[in-house]
Amino acid sequence: MRPSTLCLSLFSALAALFAGMLLHAHGRQATATQERAGRVALVRSLGLTDLCLFTEARYTRHPAMADRHAAFQDHPMALDHFPSGSLLAPPQFPSPHAPIPPAPSQRP
Amino acid sequence: MIELAQVVKTYSAGLANPYTAVAGVTLDIPGGQLTVLKGPSGSGKTTLLSLIGCMARPTSGRIHLRGLPPGLLPQGADADPLEITSLPERFLTTIRRRTFGFIFQQFNLVRGISVLENVMLPTYPTGEDRETVEARAVTRLEALGMARHLKAPVDRLSGGEAQRVAIARALINDPPVIIADEPTAHLDSRLSAEFMELMGQFKGAGRTLLIASHDPIVHDSPLADLVIVMRDGQVVTAP
Amino acid sequence: MRPSLQRHRSVLDFALSSLLRRKGRNLALTAVYTLVVFVLASLVFFVQALKHEAGELLEHAPDMVVQRMVAGRHDPMPASQVDAIREIRGVEEAEARLWGYYYDPVYGGNLTVMASPDPTLLPGSARIGRGVARNMRVAEGDMVPLRGYDGLPLLFTIQQVLAEESELVASDLVLLTPADVRTLFHLPEGLATDLAVKAGNPRELATIAAKIVEKFPDARPILKAEMLRTYEAAFDWRGGLMVVVLSSAILSFIIFAWDKATGLSAEERKEIGILKSIGWESGDVLLLKFWEGAVVSLAAFLGGVLLAYGHVFFFSATLFEHALKGWSVLFPRFRLIPALDAYQLTVLFFLTVLPYTAATLVPCWRAAMADPDSAMRS
Repeated sequence: MRPSTLCLSLFSALAALFAGMLLHAHGRQATATQERAGRVALVRSLGLTDLCLFTEARYTRHPAMADRHAAFQDHPMALDHFPSGSLLAPPQFPSPHAPIPPAPSQRP
Repeated sequence: MIELAQVVKTYSAGLANPYTAVAGVTLDIPGGQLTVLKGPSGSGKTTLLSLIGCMARPTSGRIHLRGLPPGLLPQGADADPLEITSLPERFLTTIRRRTFGFIFQQFNLVRGISVLENVMLPTYPTGEDRETVEARAVTRLEALGMARHLKAPVDRLSGGEAQRVAIARALINDPPVIIADEPTAHLDSRLSAEFMELMGQFKGAGRTLLIASHDPIVHDSPLADLVIVMRDGQVVTAP
Repeated sequence: MRPSLQRHRSVLDFALSSLLRRKGRNLALTAVYTLVVFVLASLVFFVQALKHEAGELLEHAPDMVVQRMVAGRHDPMPASQVDAIREIRGVEEAEARLWGYYYDPVYGGNLTVMASPDPTLLPGSARIGRGVARNMRVAEGDMVPLRGYDGLPLLFTIQQVLAEESELVASDLVLLTPADVRTLFHLPEGLATDLAVKAGNPRELATIAAKIVEKFPDARPILKAEMLRTYEAAFDWRGGLMVVVLSSAILSFIIFAWDKATGLSAEERKEIGILKSIGWESGDVLLLKFWEGAVVSLAAFLGGVLLAYGHVFFFSATLFEHALKGWSVLFPRFRLIPALDAYQLTVLFFLTVLPYTAATLVPCWRAAMADPDSAMRS
């Protein structure tokens, strides 16, 4: 057999697998709502705010809720001493969406 | 068949050390005969061969080819005699492919691939059908007594065998002209004589042969119709 | 077959036999190349799927969570504040959440203890996440002791272990009745951990937040957009040590590939000369080099991407587990739902296939352009 025949059939096989991969991903996406239903129900009923990815410390468990004084947020670019600090960028504080509290002198 | 008029080839022109390899050669090489270019090394034989074989362009002068197969070049570029020094590269390649078969001093085989593949190599860019080419290559190799080496890698061949492969490769496109540069330099007397015998067969088949050599077995051969002596880039004795 | 196709096939044939002639070198190169694509693609797939999942799930999170700050720290919220916030116009619903962290001294896991509003959860019993069950080696019907605030153990019967598909959000959860949570943490009645707010019109969220802060300057509202953004920023390219490590690997591969591709060896140069002398045009030589580069890089791209897909979506990104897990004792096991991004795949393609092919082509350019007679005088 010509080497090019072998090579082209190999590439066709790879391309077919690649197409299969895209189809598989598409198929999983289509049924994702069902697959996700259990999780969504929990999030809704308990009012969950975070994914359970890092359980190493209390302030890495709920990054969205973490205290401002936690090690993560000591400094906007500070690297945490937990490995999760290398995966998770610090949240943007002060957030552009959060209202700015009035200055103490203006308070009633 | 091939006419050269005041052909000059200067390497590194315009640089600090220009070198004129061919200094004004005017020649007429007849078709269907065996012409030998004779002269010491450095006399410009190889350069002249590469100019004739459309591998390089002369710095000045004109080269005319006669009797090219018709339909080789597109309409308009086609002429007889054809002046080749001013043609664009792809035309030169087409002419070279179909008109000239080259046998190099070092054989210039591609190492690591089989004898058969080496012989078929010149046809790859032409898009010719693989089976046809392969059949032709096998025929050529069989005619040269190389049938049992078809699948062998070229690295394992002896000097004489390697040259036969080089000859088969030169013949794959059935060119009317065969150009050989010092073909016997790496062969012993027996193999050199065999080579000349082969050349005699090709001449008998009507091909034009052009051989550069300073080997007496070649230039003193009774097969040589015309011996041109070169020295310092110029023709010393011309017909 | 058409001559132009036949030409491509013949040149491809020769390109393959050229590659095979330096079998060891080219196989090693393709393997390393595939590995680089594999790691890159795994990262892209994993992060994309995780971000997508976070987005889909947190869509259902509370519109806003209000915390109370005391001395710069998160502190329980009095019921009076909860009621006052409920009164603010635009607030459709405000639910006091009751939760906290519990460190399990026996197995070393960090658990999240949460009050469940579900009335079917009986007093004295718990629903636990899969991770907790794994960590404590318990099953439904077993009893687990939790150490109360005073050091005395409280026993809970496991009423249910949460379903496997919930692990991504609930692996470390221990759900108790509100009364049990208060007992465990010694939280007096009338205090809540924080407040989940649902706005009638999500566009009014910022206004509502401003009103809350105006009314209670010690409150800290966290909008859903901010929660989502936290996960948008998760595994961000700029944020990762992983990427730093990875980029050095990629860089060294680039140097390696560059060296391999650009350093035209004397033998290759001679070969190009031979090809030109036997009637190959410059274009044919470049086509040959193009195929050599394309075969290697395309095989590496397709192979790497397919392996990465298998790794991330069939083997749960086993290789990243250690990086993700960090020092966690309790780690969720989850199967991600693929969320492929055509843009990212395209970028990956252009970042891997094109540079390599170009790097094999460019150095040959000059050799291919040289007069064919150079082969004759070598």
